[in-house]
Amino acid sequence: MTEKEYDKIPGTIVFDADKSREGYHLNQFCISLRLQENRDAFNKNEEAYLDAYPMSKEQREAVLKREWNLLLELGGNIYYTSKLAANDGINFQNLAGRMTGMGVDSYREMMLKGGRSIEGNRDKSEWGED
Amino acid sequence: MAKIIAGVGCSHVPAIGVAMDTGITHEEYWKPVFEGFKKSREWMKKQNPDVIFLVYNDHCTAFDARCIPTFALGCGVEFQPADEGWGPRPVPPVKNHQKMASHIAQSLVLNEFDITIMNEMEVDHGLTVPLSVMFGDIKQNDEWPSLVIPLCVNVVQYPAPTGNRCYNLGKAIRRAIESYEEDLNVIIFGTGGMSHQLQYKRAGLINSDWDKRFLDLMTEDPVGASQITHLEYLRETGSEGIEMVMWLIMRGALNENVTEVHRHYHVPASNTAVGHIILENNA
Ligand SMILES: [Fe+2]
Repeated sequence: MTEKEYDKIPGTIVFDADKSREGYHLNQFCISLRLQENRDAFNKNEEAYLDAYPMSKEQREAVLKREWNLLLELGGNIYYTSKLAANDGINFQNLAGRMTGMGVDSYREMMLKGGRSIEGNRDKSEWGED
Repeated sequence: MAKIIAGVGCSHVPAIGVAMDTGITHEEYWKPVFEGFKKSREWMKKQNPDVIFLVYNDHCTAFDARCIPTFALGCGVEFQPADEGWGPRPVPPVKNHQKMASHIAQSLVLNEFDITIMNEMEVDHGLTVPLSVMFGDIKQNDEWPSLVIPLCVNVVQYPAPTGNRCYNLGKAIRRAIESYEEDLNVIIFGTGGMSHQLQYKRAGLINSDWDKRFLDLMTEDPVGASQITHLEYLRETGSEGIEMVMWLIMRGALNENVTEVHRHYHVPASNTAVGHIILENNA
């Protein structure tokens, strides 16, 4: 795949048309959890509920295991995966605590101190990635 | 004729709505956020606009992945607050000025902005939180003090419309509103932002210097602001900071020369930098 101009931004997955195509069924599953009756059905039997959504095996596993970063890598978008998190009683800030690997408390602490600085966070090279 | 008297830029962080709905705005964490809207609420009362033209984005609530319009104009009678996964917000339904909305829809398309027309639509925190912060607590069985015409912009799937496109759409919206025959005062809201990243390993990014410069540009150099690239938004303000293109629609609908009557900036509200500005059209 040709490189995209935003691929160099570290720790960031841009939800573009390619991601959207890849994550379509995953995201449609997540958004179904916006409604209580669907949450009830999902919570009663996750496997059976997921059968209605023809997502990849990898995506399905990531849902069942709640692998929040992997869900994004596989085409999930945060506004969708956050519905799955909400179903589990995890709000946006706690979800961010998990995705960053910082844990909920130190993430909250960082935000209270003004958030993550842009310095050192513009380019993958600054993270030792390429 | 109808007239745009002012523009409001304002974040629409969902947690701000939750704080108001659960009555915890006096707590230490929230106090400084709401402090900055005190003056705005007085200002709103004084302006008493007939109509608010409210630019916001839907967060996969009314629109899921099945349908992703870049610009969708609310033309229905009214819009119910949506259940976003934790129950609908306890605020009144939002009533449209339907006749003006249809006029705008027609005018925009004839001016080559091919918007999507929504006759049925639920609205999420993107629309109701700005109304709440600007009007204060409005009980569920009361009414919002103004009619609201919603314009919903895709900023979830890349690419959002460019800043330049948004700025020019603002100009077309102004032409549409100011060719409507009734004498009505209109305030336009541009919502979302400021810097924030909700996802993946860089979540929590905040860039206050950049945000403050953006607020300066809103007042002094809107054309300059309209030229900010998507790459710059994504890199400098976080993946969700790109919501700020919606402020450019608001800004495009104002005079080039405006008076800044109020500004507020605070970090954090949940994961986000809260920014707010009020700009009045110079006579
Ligand atoms: Fe938003």
